[in-house]
Amino acid sequence: MSRLGWYRVLVVGGLVALLEVLCLTGAIDKITMQAPHLIVRDLSRMLVSGRMNGAIAKTLTNTVLALLLALGAGIVAGALLHRVRALRDTLDPLFATYYAVPVFAFYPFFIVIFGLGDMPQILIAFMLGVVAVIVNTLNGLDRVPPVLLKTARIMQLSPVDTALRMTLPSAGPHLLTGVKLAVAYAFIGVIGSEFIMSRGGIGYEISFAYANFDNATMYPLIVLILLASIAINGVLSRWERKLLLRRGMRSP
Amino acid sequence: MKQPTMARRTGLHSLVLIVALVAIWQLLYGWVGDVALASPLATLRYTATLFASESFASHVLDTLRAFGIAYALSVVMGLLVGFWLGFDRLSGDTLEPMIVSLYAIPKLTLYPILLLAFGLGLSAKVAFGVLHGVIPIILFTLSAVHNTKPILMKTGRVLNLSRSQMVRWILFPAAVPEIFTGLRVGFALTLIGSLLAEMFASQRGLGYLLMNGIGLHNVELIMSVTLVIVVFAFAVSSLLLSIDRRLHRRV
Repeated sequence: MSRLGWYRVLVVGGLVALLEVLCLTGAIDKITMQAPHLIVRDLSRMLVSGRMNGAIAKTLTNTVLALLLALGAGIVAGALLHRVRALRDTLDPLFATYYAVPVFAFYPFFIVIFGLGDMPQILIAFMLGVVAVIVNTLNGLDRVPPVLLKTARIMQLSPVDTALRMTLPSAGPHLLTGVKLAVAYAFIGVIGSEFIMSRGGIGYEISFAYANFDNATMYPLIVLILLASIAINGVLSRWERKLLLRRGMRSP
Repeated sequence: MKQPTMARRTGLHSLVLIVALVAIWQLLYGWVGDVALASPLATLRYTATLFASESFASHVLDTLRAFGIAYALSVVMGLLVGFWLGFDRLSGDTLEPMIVSLYAIPKLTLYPILLLAFGLGLSAKVAFGVLHGVIPIILFTLSAVHNTKPILMKTGRVLNLSRSQMVRWILFPAAVPEIFTGLRVGFALTLIGSLLAEMFASQRGLGYLLMNGIGLHNVELIMSVTLVIVVFAFAVSSLLLSIDRRLHRRV
């Protein structure tokens, strides 16, 4: 591991140790937070007993579905908007202000239309993620060097070949940024809707545990989500960096 | 024919967008009906009655207060930490990836912890707003400092400027456009953060009204509150965006 990597481990380790000390000495009382080692113990017990497997599977399935929808629709819409300048200019103010709007406000409409099932949650998560994908697709397509497209025309590549061999490799890193954001938004969308109103899932279990002062369930579930999103984000970031390095671009 | 100016074109685009959105809204209303949606006209009417009522004004003020404090804290903390990490290469390189991954975690899941730590009320809202808003400001400031042309820094060193003079006369002017982008993104995220906190962890404010509407299934209330939030966010974000573009064009 690099020197910086060790520093990072030290920082995280120090923070966890600080929390541990604060909890053990009672500076943070038991009702507010459990000591980190207890959270780890509860988390492993929970995973071994499998009592949350249903909730975890439900949340993950919905998140993945919303993510796939957001990626598919977002990349297609981004590619189309890139061609139609007027439409893009019209939608630009919407994209720029989109994330200041609480999308969750639309959740009740979806419940009325689709019933209290998985569909409203998937739609909310999709709505949160899709704009990030569109914006980053546009951003990536903007940065494809024109010389590559000219080369493709000279070599008489078909549109599919041009997309696969020229556009995709050079827009790739930006697309990945969109993917990373979409992962985070898909999680937020599904778990947030589960908080508001649902019949199951990790978000539902967290708010249920919160209402019952059941910290032994609440903290492990929160930590589980945080670890999962950090891990996914870490893998994608590493991939992104590799792509950027291969293109000779410095990581942003 | 005279070429329309940039500003007028953007204005025209926004107008087209607004008309299109209202049209879609009306069409959707025709499709799903009164159960799930209120028509644009009914929503406007309800919004007008809301603004006339006294309790609504106090909810708006509450939201604005929480948001204002949270944004002020986000800006101050974000700039301080951003400049620190930008200057101190070692801390910057160590902490930046960690802050980036904090940016990507679903912070909404942390709300029960914030509630337990801060209790129901203003401080939880402010904490949640800061949690959302401070990270982009840190990251944009950090990258603005890193992207400052080395020649400017060298000039500063040749002129024997102190660290604070360096920030005031060299870094700040050079980094302002990018920092402003951070402030703009931070604005949107702080707003969404404080609203989310109100939805889940408060008895007051627009977010609470929204949750109340959801709970009582008062469609007109939900639509009106959403409309007020959207119009506010849209107006301020557009303003910030136009300033942002002007700053970037200047450089």
